[in-house]
Amino acid sequence: MEHYLSIFVKAIFIENMALTFFLGMCTFLAVSKKVSTAIGLGVAVVVVLGIAVPVNQIIYQAILAPGALDSVMGITEAKDSIDLSFLSFITFIGVIAALVQILEMVLDKYFPALYQALGVFLPLITVNCAIFGGVSFMVAKNLTLGESVVYGIGSGVGWMLAIVLMAGIREKMKYSDVPDGLKGLGITFISAGLMAFGFLSFGGISL
Amino acid sequence: MATDTKKVLFGPVVDNNPIALQVLGVCSALAVTSSLANALVMTLAVMLVTGFSNLFISLIRNQIPSSVRIIVQMVIIASLVILVDQVLKAFSYQLSKELSVFIGLIITNCIVMGRAEAFAMKEKPGVSFLDGIGNGLGYGAVLMVVAFFRELFGFGTLFGFEVFTLVQNDGWYQGNGLLVLPFSSFFIIGLIIWAIRQFRPEQVEKD
Repeated sequence: MEHYLSIFVKAIFIENMALTFFLGMCTFLAVSKKVSTAIGLGVAVVVVLGIAVPVNQIIYQAILAPGALDSVMGITEAKDSIDLSFLSFITFIGVIAALVQILEMVLDKYFPALYQALGVFLPLITVNCAIFGGVSFMVAKNLTLGESVVYGIGSGVGWMLAIVLMAGIREKMKYSDVPDGLKGLGITFISAGLMAFGFLSFGGISL
Repeated sequence: MATDTKKVLFGPVVDNNPIALQVLGVCSALAVTSSLANALVMTLAVMLVTGFSNLFISLIRNQIPSSVRIIVQMVIIASLVILVDQVLKAFSYQLSKELSVFIGLIITNCIVMGRAEAFAMKEKPGVSFLDGIGNGLGYGAVLMVVAFFRELFGFGTLFGFEVFTLVQNDGWYQGNGLLVLPFSSFFIIGLIIWAIRQFRPEQVEKD
């Protein structure tokens, strides 16, 4: 239990997707103008990451990992061992795209209110690098299925936390007097940098 | 024609920079800029992927049904990225380790998708290819500038060659620890945007 809790806390604060690894930055900068939309997108990311990471974990371990297919194919010698890991990028992105599509249909049918709230954000998530990054890190860290569920949800929550904070700052910033050239994107970059600086202090915590 | 080609190729470098104006492909711009060598490899990879994905998508643009175009684009892009990744692993394993998940993340790099969607779906193959290369150049230009400052002032080197002798090596230059950390690229990109907008006031955002 403590092990899972530490993965969760680590994924939110210490290895924050947005502010430590800078993943999902395109949407992070583009959709953080209002707190309400930021929350909508954040929830969508949590849901998609929470599903996509474990699903890809199963697919990777069962099919793509070096030697995973050996027992199914009846291969015993090491030199014949099948290694499909070079296919992982194309598989992951396919799975993510398919998942987002399915999720969209399920939400539309059973949870129309949530579907309305998420709106255009769902399809956008396919190209959000936070999702793909989460899946890639899952492979790099060699997580088990249980760990990958916790990691997926944790990193989603971390990303959501970051974008909501950013949106809050940008709402306040409307009232400040920013030099012309820095207006909009420029000052957003600089404040994101300061936020990342702040999140760096979590790096000292050892779990 | 000659001026048109030039505009398509070099326009994205300053006038319509993918990072500074279109807010595309920011993720990798932040994380891989700690050294010029990494930035150069990343630039080349993105340039090739954007160029060729634009070329191929434009070639079959009339055959792609619009309802599944995202998936078709994804498959083309993912295949190209796998090629880049495999080549890099074969010829420069050290670099591919350093860039880790970021090569894979080119798939979800919004520049590639964005240009495929916005340009290649409408224009002829030749022009699309140039547009892809041009946007790769624009992305690379920002990356190289950021990496130049970070490597020179952070480590005192350029492409690994010593320019400022560090105090540790009995020199005079005390490396700037802030620039070694990834988030410093936020500040540098913010300042680049400011600089570009000083010279191109029409890019300044309205409130």
